[in-house]
Order: sequence, then C-alpha cells, then structure tokens
Amino acid sequence: MRMADAGLDYRPLAGALPAAVCVVDEAQWSAAAEGFAIAGARLVALWGSDRRDLGEGLVVFAAYAAVDGLACVRLRVAGDPPSYPDVSSRFPAASRMQRALADLLGIRALGAEDERPWLRHGAWPDEFLPLRRDADGTRRFDVEQERYEFVTVAGDGVHEIPVGPIHAGIIEPGHFRFSIVGEKVLRLEQRLGYVHKGIDKRFEGMAIGDAHRLAGRVSGDSTVAFAWAYAMAAESITGCEIPPRAAWLRALLLERERVANHLGDLGALGNDAALAFGLAQFSRLREQWLRANGEILGHRLLMDRVVPGGVAVDPDGGALDRLRRQYDDIEAEVRTLRAIYDEHAGLQDRFQTTGVVKPELAAQLGLTGLAGRASGQAGDLRVDLPCPPYDRLAVKRAGDTRGDVAARVALRFDEMLESLRLLREITKQLPAGDTRRSLQSAAEGFGVGWVEGWRGDVLVALEADGSGLVRRCHCHDPSWQNWPVLEHAVIGNIVPDFPLINKSFNLSYSGQDL
Amino acid sequence: MLLLARQILKAGVCTEKAPEPNDAWHVGGERVQGEILRLLGRALTIRQVDAGSCNGCELEIHALNNPYYNLEGRGVRFVASPRHADMLLVTGPVAANMKIAVQRAYEATPDPKLVVAVGDCGCSGGIFGEGYASCGRVSNVIPVDVAVPGCPPPPLEILRGILSAVAVKRP
Repeated sequence: MRMADAGLDYRPLAGALPAAVCVVDEAQWSAAAEGFAIAGARLVALWGSDRRDLGEGLVVFAAYAAVDGLACVRLRVAGDPPSYPDVSSRFPAASRMQRALADLLGIRALGAEDERPWLRHGAWPDEFLPLRRDADGTRRFDVEQERYEFVTVAGDGVHEIPVGPIHAGIIEPGHFRFSIVGEKVLRLEQRLGYVHKGIDKRFEGMAIGDAHRLAGRVSGDSTVAFAWAYAMAAESITGCEIPPRAAWLRALLLERERVANHLGDLGALGNDAALAFGLAQFSRLREQWLRANGEILGHRLLMDRVVPGGVAVDPDGGALDRLRRQYDDIEAEVRTLRAIYDEHAGLQDRFQTTGVVKPELAAQLGLTGLAGRASGQAGDLRVDLPCPPYDRLAVKRAGDTRGDVAARVALRFDEMLESLRLLREITKQLPAGDTRRSLQSAAEGFGVGWVEGWRGDVLVALEADGSGLVRRCHCHDPSWQNWPVLEHAVIGNIVPDFPLINKSFNLSYSGQDL
Repeated sequence: MLLLARQILKAGVCTEKAPEPNDAWHVGGERVQGEILRLLGRALTIRQVDAGSCNGCELEIHALNNPYYNLEGRGVRFVASPRHADMLLVTGPVAANMKIAVQRAYEATPDPKLVVAVGDCGCSGGIFGEGYASCGRVSNVIPVDVAVPGCPPPPLEILRGILSAVAVKRP
C-alpha cells in the first residue's frame, strides 16, 4: 500500500527518508488502521504527546510502513479520560504500546482487550502521568510492590515457573511466567518494564544538538542505529543536509555494529546449545572487532560517533586499510565457523525445528527485523527505502521461511557476510570531504528517523520547540513488536530450549522499557 | 569434527598472545591476574545485576569471558544466584521498578559481600540521572564498595574494579 492510497492529505517531511504526517480525525484514524492492516502493511510504532500548551490537546501518533515511505497519522484525543480508538485488534503489536501510552500519558485505547499497566509497576502513583508537560519528571516516590494479574493456566499437572526480573546470567532484567506441564511449555507470559528509567521524559528540554547521546543509550547494542535515527529526525526538522562522506561513514558504523552483534550472538547461540567452542571462537572475533572500533573509530561500541549534522569520526587512508585487512581475516574465519556449525549434528539438532514462528503468524503479529526475515517477512529498510549511501550499495536481502532457531542463525551468517561485503564497498567508494555540518537548531517542528539496525528497524520521532530544545522525543525499538511473538515461539517447546530460543531473537529490554 | 579441531589449533591460545605485545591491556592484564592470585588464592564468584542499564555495560562484562581476558580461567566466575556470590556487579542507574529486586539480591548475598557498581550510570546515575523512574546511582539503593566509571568501561577497567573491591576488603 502506498501512502496516497489511504486517501489522506499527508504533509511530506523533509530529509533523507520518505516520510509524511497527516492530522486525522477518529474515523480516519480507524480507517487508516484498517486500510494498512488489509494491505498487509506493518504498524511501526504508536506513541503520544502532550500538546495542550500549544492549544492542540493530547495527541496520539501511529506510524505505518507504506511501500513508499513512513506514514504517520496524528489524532487529537478527546474525552475524559482522554481516549482514542484501539488499533490492537488490527495490529496485535499495538497492545503493549497502547498500555505504555496509558501509563505515561493517561490516554486510553477505547475497546482494547488488555488494559493492565505495562511500564508502571507501582514505583509511582497512578495519577502521576510523567509525559504530561506539567508533570515534574524529577519527582521521587516511594516504591511499592505491585501485584500483577498474570493469565493463569489451569489443568491436571500444570504448574508455573516464575523467572526474573533478575535472570541467571549476564542479561537484562524482565519477568517470564511459564505455565508448563512436565517439561513442555504451554504458555509464556512476559512482564517487562523493569528497566524503565524515564528516557522519554529525560529528553524533554535537552539541546537538539546533544540529545543524540541519550538516543544512543536507549539500547547499548544499537547505539549507532538509534543515534542515526535521532540525527535523521533532527536533520529533517532543521533542514540540514549532511556531507556525503558523513552518510557513508554512518553506514560504515551501522554495518560494523551489525557485524559485532552477529558475532556475539552466534557465539552465544552455540554456547546455549552446549557448543562452548562456538562462544570461545566468536567472542574472540568479536573482541578483535571491538578493539578495532576502539583503536580506529574511538569507541568499542561506537557510542557518540553519529552526531546531528554528520559523524564524529574521520578515518584516514591508513586506518581504512587496517579495517579492510580485518574484513578479510574475519570473513575467512566466519566462513570456517559456519561450515563447522552447519555440519555439527548435535548443534543442528538443537537449532532445527526449535522455536518456530511460521510466516503466516509472523505476518499476523508484525514480526520485524532479523527475526521477521527468518520467518518469511521481507522488510529491510536498506533495500526497501535505501537512504544514502545504501542507494548506491544494492544491499542483498537475506531471507528464510523456516522461522526456527536454525533460520535465525543462518540469517545472522548471511547478513554478516553481506555486511562485510558492504564494508569493503564502503571503504572503496568513501568520498572525500567534510564529515559534519552545523545544525540550524532553532527550528521548530516534527521529524522522524527510521534506520535498519541489526535487530530491525528503529524509529525516532522528534518534536523541536523552536528554541533549540527537544520538546518530545520517542525512540522505538523493534523489540516492541518481537517480544510478544517470542511468547508464541516457545509454545510446545521444552523449558530447557527457552534460553536458546530467547537468544535467537535477542531482544532488547532497555529498548522497549525506555 | 576435523574442521573444528583444526580451527581450535589455528586459533591457538590468545590469552597469552595478545595481538599487539605493547598493548597496554596485555601488560595490565598480566598484572591483574597476578594480583587476583595473590589476594584471593581461590575463586571469586560474582552475581551480575542489571539494575537499569542500556545493556552497554553487560556487553563489556560479557567480553571479560572471552579468550583475551579469560576471566574464568583466572579464578573469577559468574554465578546464577546471589546466594552463591561473593560479589554483586551492578550496572545502570537503579530503575525505580528494579529497586526492590536489587535490595533483595543484596540481602540474599551472604556476608561478607562486595558490591562493585559498573559504568557512569552506576557511579552517578549517568545520562539518565534521577527522577520518577530512576533512583540514580547504585549507592542510593545498596552499599557500594567500588564504582568503575566509563560509558561503558572497557573490560579491563571492569576487571580492575573487581580487583580493587577485593583489595579494599582484605585486612
């Protein structure tokens, strides 16, 4: 579905990304949801904003992935308590976003099936709505333990295993409630929000030119993706066109981030299937990769390298040569390790047919990013809506339809090898010139940034207040869409396979808890 | 299987062969290893607790177990329960939603216990600061022995922090 097909009067947004926004009424809001759902388009994100001080009331935004760009619809909500028509019946992925919106802004989705709190756990009172403009984000409250109504499964021999929030490993916190019979999982219910630290509120009043640092800490493993998306949004608002060299260097950073994460995950996946050799080998390669990041690009995880207006790195010819040599070394090792993984019967036995998400289910639930591509969902922004320099790189789309752990492993190998090809191409074609332009930061308005990170597409929606400050910034991680699908992926599997299935998705807690 | 064996042989033992001999880490790393042996002469067990980090610190803590740092080979081990731990390694500002869990993990850790706060957020609340959803630095919630700055601190600095905490508590 193209944006124009919805019959709405979109206002195009400037910038590297085809995107547009349209103010709608309730009927159009619901019609847009229905139209995009019928056309098989994805809901990318749903969030809200308090614009009462501007006389525009409380508003809710939904962003859909149209074929020709990002379509944002904006609705002024009415009533007391303020509410808007539910979209989770069309897009199941919207459910948790709507619950978060109710927690933070006090806006209800009318007709939603699940209205339990999501991010509010009892650490602040119900009537405190942090994202209201008049709420003081620095207020502190006494933390109370709140009871949460998990869905219970009854029956002969059914029992529950509660896990978390602190997990038995070096992992982010969250709670998993398994209902099992024997060792088979009947149902998994997640409860997240434990690492909610008020990022959206924290953005309010930050300088437009500085807030990329916070965006780059929404999810540490996707710092380049978020910083780029933030910068894209800021550049859209301020009409800043970044120098070509900066765009190419951003792609270099993003592909390096992708490779680093895939190296880490492939090792961990081997380890979770009892092949410690895999962890030793891949973590060795990852360390070499991160050291090169630190030595040549100034930060092991590449934080704060992408800045509004360009990049904060400018590798010279010698540095690029070093990187190029590393691509060859790493690729040779990765190919060897792939052959070992592929022919290792014990490993494949654990990977194959484990944690299956069939393409139909993936489409229905809106599974996105890497996990989506392993379940027959084609989306990859680098291919579908290539912004510079991806328009010159002809990215090869990876895909699989098996939807099991093995498919998600194969996707990582395929995408890593493609990233190594892209990285070589980037070092070859990298244009000379400036790496950063200054931002006309006093601009006012709304902008979006949308970037294909290693996990999937990340979205940043930014409102600037006209005095150089952030009015509202919402960062959306693809984990919002993919966490609920994990609940389905584990059904019928045995409990000991959960860590493996979970790792094969490797979703962000911090990125969705915000 | 042949491929696997060949890869192991080819990769060799990188713990003793850092890629660049003048690498500051390598020198430090060797010294740290000696220190741990001298101070502990036994295993140190760590329970890692993410109290609200962006996950950046966890990535670097993970790196401590790679063959370059080989933490486990040096007698330091991550365990699954605070009840088995000598030390809590805590990252992030303490999210308000995690406050009770962090306190319980601390209470569950047997005495004498050590707490190392990792990263700028653990030290000061970092970029997230304090607010309705963030209790800020780790020491606002539980007693902390050593705080390691950095965003995130590289693995060797985290290792130094772990060692510093051990050294502080020894009579």
